[in-house]
Amino acid sequence: MRASKEPQTESDASRSTDQETPARREFLRRGAAAGGAAVLAGLAPEPRAAAATPQWMTRPGQPFSNYGLPSPHEKSVIRLIAANSAVSGNGLSWTPLQDLEGTLTPNGLHFERHHNGVPQIDPAGHRLYLHGLFERSLSFGIGDLLRYPMVSQQCFIECGGNSNSGWNEEPLQAPAGSLHGLASCSEWTGVPLTVILEECGLQPDAQWLIAEGADAAAMNISIPIGKARGDALLALYQNGERLRPENGYPLRLVLPGWEGVLSVKWLRRLQAATEPVMARNETAKYTELLPSGKARQFTFVIEAKSVITRPSPGQHLAGPGWYPISGLAWSGRGVIKRVEVSTDGGKTWIDANLQTPALPRCFTRFRLPWRWNGESCILLSRATDETGYVQPTRAALIAERGRHGYFHYNAIVSWEVSEDGSLSHVYA
Amino acid sequence: MSMPESAVPSAARPAERAARRGQQFACTALLGLLTAPAFPVAGPGLGQALSAAEVAAININVFPNGAGLPPGRGTVAAGQALYAARCEACHGVRGSGGSADELAGGEHGLRGNPPDKTIGTYWPYATTLFDYIRRSMPPSAPRSLSDDEVYALTAYLLSLNGIIDEGDALDAVSLARIRMPNRDGFIPVDAR
Repeated sequence: MRASKEPQTESDASRSTDQETPARREFLRRGAAAGGAAVLAGLAPEPRAAAATPQWMTRPGQPFSNYGLPSPHEKSVIRLIAANSAVSGNGLSWTPLQDLEGTLTPNGLHFERHHNGVPQIDPAGHRLYLHGLFERSLSFGIGDLLRYPMVSQQCFIECGGNSNSGWNEEPLQAPAGSLHGLASCSEWTGVPLTVILEECGLQPDAQWLIAEGADAAAMNISIPIGKARGDALLALYQNGERLRPENGYPLRLVLPGWEGVLSVKWLRRLQAATEPVMARNETAKYTELLPSGKARQFTFVIEAKSVITRPSPGQHLAGPGWYPISGLAWSGRGVIKRVEVSTDGGKTWIDANLQTPALPRCFTRFRLPWRWNGESCILLSRATDETGYVQPTRAALIAERGRHGYFHYNAIVSWEVSEDGSLSHVYA
Repeated sequence: MSMPESAVPSAARPAERAARRGQQFACTALLGLLTAPAFPVAGPGLGQALSAAEVAAININVFPNGAGLPPGRGTVAAGQALYAARCEACHGVRGSGGSADELAGGEHGLRGNPPDKTIGTYWPYATTLFDYIRRSMPPSAPRSLSDDEVYALTAYLLSLNGIIDEGDALDAVSLARIRMPNRDGFIPVDAR
């Protein structure tokens, strides 16, 4: 069965009531008649058994659990790991973006980037030390910090090296999360850093804070004082529970909108100084070499980007019919104002529906129902943030930066749908 | 805030300053006086004084001007022996060809394809070597090297990159004095 050549994309329900199209009416009619799941599986619904009482209704269920785990049927939804063969604690794991929905990342699936493993810290033996250009050098125990006024803020954290396979000559074939999943979004709760800085009394010539983690790399990095006194958070909780060890337990920095290496995990020490320390991770790494031979340094802000997570490589369309296009957009500069989707390789674009509320410096979910006609096509998404910045094409990004910057790749991502319903990563 | 200054409790003044800085947390102000969202800026004051000796015991940051460099000294020759024992398995003979980062021996420079980002071609400050080796190397036993050994390894890596001579030694004064070839190779983007 061949779908018609009618419009194949359209704005989602909440914003398209004034633009009824045949495709939209058909989507709504089919949705009402058949239920969402069947619609999303294409024109041919999933095969099923005859209606009957399932066996789990005929006997008592499992007992209560002290800490819940995902269904065993979801055991494939995991972080894939890539670590150094000689130093197993130096590597990363990706959030499986292709398997998740909504905007908040489950704590056990938040991406990881560690430089020498996850320290197993006893909070009773951990303190935060502040010294340098302060009126008072002070230290704080975790129990002390838990008594300070707290705030909560949702934000994404993205590694500056996320998506860096995009610089490759050939598109890497991997799931969306394994290409773009060094980014996750959580609600973080803790003490505003500025509260602690006020208590220590910053001296007027303090321009930088040198942060250090209590891991086996003693990872250090320099943070401008403006961000430290702004929205920087001493985070103790993630999505309502205390931080997981791999996300900095018992204390981490969170610098909303800035590349992840600055949100120092296992935070132990902050030295106020007039100059940056010029640590390895702000000179040799996390700098972007340009074709001129010069390198961009202190590129803190994550620029707007987006990726379609469904459908994406590794997934399969069962046949022509209706499918949801769903993806994530985010910008370190604030709110995502618009995400456009193209199903024809960028010739035409249509606005996707943005999940509300779209929060600043957070994952923003975009969705668009799409009727696949069974022909090969290329799916793209393009984000615009509140500053008016538009996510660039790969060609434009490379024209500006060359191919050896390694960090801060945020170009438009292209997935090709083949006639057999499989998806692959292409440069389009 | 239209209240006369004298009527504002002193604790509110930093809160007003925070509000004027345009901070973006939507949070519950401690003080009902505030009309704009602002951080609660007054904590319970639980910080404990840190002595100079304690700071000295934990401060391992080394700055480009040499601040933070400890006493001690190491020669290129001593560093070469240490490198063979502690570093070469991952970083390769003479700093290249290993599983870990390329430290020396670049052939393409920064404009080649691919570029060679070695210590000699890319790192803007020699002090970074001391800071990084002391805090994190080798990964199997960080903080196991003495300060003399860190000076020696720093010296060897700089000699491999042609920055100092094979007969040289380094200490706090001579290390801080080194000017790296790519010192001016960086463009600050968001630093302010």
